Amino acid sequence: MLDKLIMYMGFPFVRYALIVGVLIALCSSLLGVTLVLKRYSYIGDGLSHVAFGALSIATVLNLTNKMIIVLPLTIIFAILLLRKGQNTKIKGDAAIAMLSVGALAFGYMLMNLFPSSSNVAGDVCTTLFGSTSILTLTQLDVWICGILSVVVIAIFILFYNKIFAVTFDENFANAVGTNVNLYNLLIATVIAIIIVLAMNLVGSLLISALVIFPALSAMSVFKSFKKVTIFSAVSSMICALFGILISILVGTPVGSTIVTVDVLLFGVCYLIGRIRG
Amino acid sequence: MAVLTAKELAVGYENQSVLENINFEINAGDYFCIVGENGSGKTTLMKTILGLQAPMSGSISFGDGLENNEIGYLPQQSVVQRDFPASVYEIVLSGCQNSLGKGFFYSAEHKKLAMANIKRLGIEKLKNRCYRELSGGQQQRVLLARALCATKNALLLDEPVAGLDPQVTTEMYELIKQLNDDGLTIIMISHDIQNVKAYANKIYDVNTKEVRNVR
Ligand SMILES: Nc1ncnc2c1ncn2[C@@H]1O[C@H](COP(=O)(O)OP(=O)(O)OP(=O)(O)O)[C@@H](O)[C@H]1O
Ligand SMILES: [Mg+2]
Repeated sequence: MLDKLIMYMGFPFVRYALIVGVLIALCSSLLGVTLVLKRYSYIGDGLSHVAFGALSIATVLNLTNKMIIVLPLTIIFAILLLRKGQNTKIKGDAAIAMLSVGALAFGYMLMNLFPSSSNVAGDVCTTLFGSTSILTLTQLDVWICGILSVVVIAIFILFYNKIFAVTFDENFANAVGTNVNLYNLLIATVIAIIIVLAMNLVGSLLISALVIFPALSAMSVFKSFKKVTIFSAVSSMICALFGILISILVGTPVGSTIVTVDVLLFGVCYLIGRIRG
Repeated sequence: MAVLTAKELAVGYENQSVLENINFEINAGDYFCIVGENGSGKTTLMKTILGLQAPMSGSISFGDGLENNEIGYLPQQSVVQRDFPASVYEIVLSGCQNSLGKGFFYSAEHKKLAMANIKRLGIEKLKNRCYRELSGGQQQRVLLARALCATKNALLLDEPVAGLDPQVTTEMYELIKQLNDDGLTIIMISHDIQNVKAYANKIYDVNTKEVRNVR
């Protein structure tokens, strides 16, 4: 087993996969608590479908670097969705449902109309479940993921106190003069970046799991925001590491393996939380 | 001079006003109470004072050294915060967010202020406890400590004793009176006319739209 692992580590693409996977897992766990508690988790879900649509556009256009299209489109929709959510006239969740199903249908149609390879079903499956894409990263992909991850982590650390304030009590924050709209915009943008990043790792259908499970695990055991944040970050990285290693050794799809490890950890944390009372 | 003046103020939502012709003046050191039945628009008025929503018409002006982001605010209990994993200390410290300005992290002074207000409200023992596991009365104290971190001058309290038992209610009122004696201007919404009469010096009734001087 160990020999096999060492042999695999000799390949650069495996090392890339590990580095990028762990970084992405870290990023996606950071805003989990905010997402869950602000009821933004459905926005995350909608956005991942938008990202799928954007990705299929990029695939059809045969771009070498798909991020150029996927990232800006997802950010724009994140901001639009947030705006819609604040608009009481149009129900926020209905708008999101419309958008996400629409993007999904549009993306699938595009990929069938303009197949970029002979295996459309395989392509679609890859974008939805991320199957092997983490092992086929180029050095450029690794750099982009690395830089985006660092940006997300830096923003999170710098604005940690503001994010806490805005998430815990938006009205109070507003009343004492914090620019709540600005920070909501920041949160939406960061969520969009995280989703685009995570799509590389687990595919667009499993992103929510990567974002939400570490936060839920941490919340069932820990009771302060700081501890919850640290625990979800660390546990998410460990789960990603194990998930990738298992998937390499056993040959299971990367994304679903990572998510399975996350789910198992959640089960354990939930039980611990229950037993502690 | 008044710290807060409402002139021909109307408040409401989306072109529909819930309360009109509001006129009052609050002076520094006042204990100003707003009374009225459920749904009469008290919370709406308070949100307008805080600048969370714009007045429908008329004006609110601040004076005498009070700025609108220097008011400590104790919201009417909301359910949103119920599941939030946060310690008492983290929540009280977040009251300092307005003095953070362009900075990113809380300074030693901020932390000292948070601790001082935790002591002032007698919740040191709860400092590391999780907010969602506290009783209603304890939660109110935590939010009050947070509000105190946000202000040196004025506190706005939206039904601070709602849902508290009689003994804790009395404690809460004594606490607020103490803060008022220390020089803070108190603006409070309440249903509890009996107690309000004993503590406040001005009562504004949203039905009659008149200010009564009590003391
Ligand atoms: N976000 C909102 N949008 C539209 N109307 C609202 C909104 N919030 C409250 N209202 C309406 O405004 C009126 C006044 O509500 P408000 O919350 O100000 O009452 P209140 O005096 O604080 O009542 P309570 O004593 O129960 O707290 C009510 O008729 C309510 O239905
Ligand atoms: Mg109210």
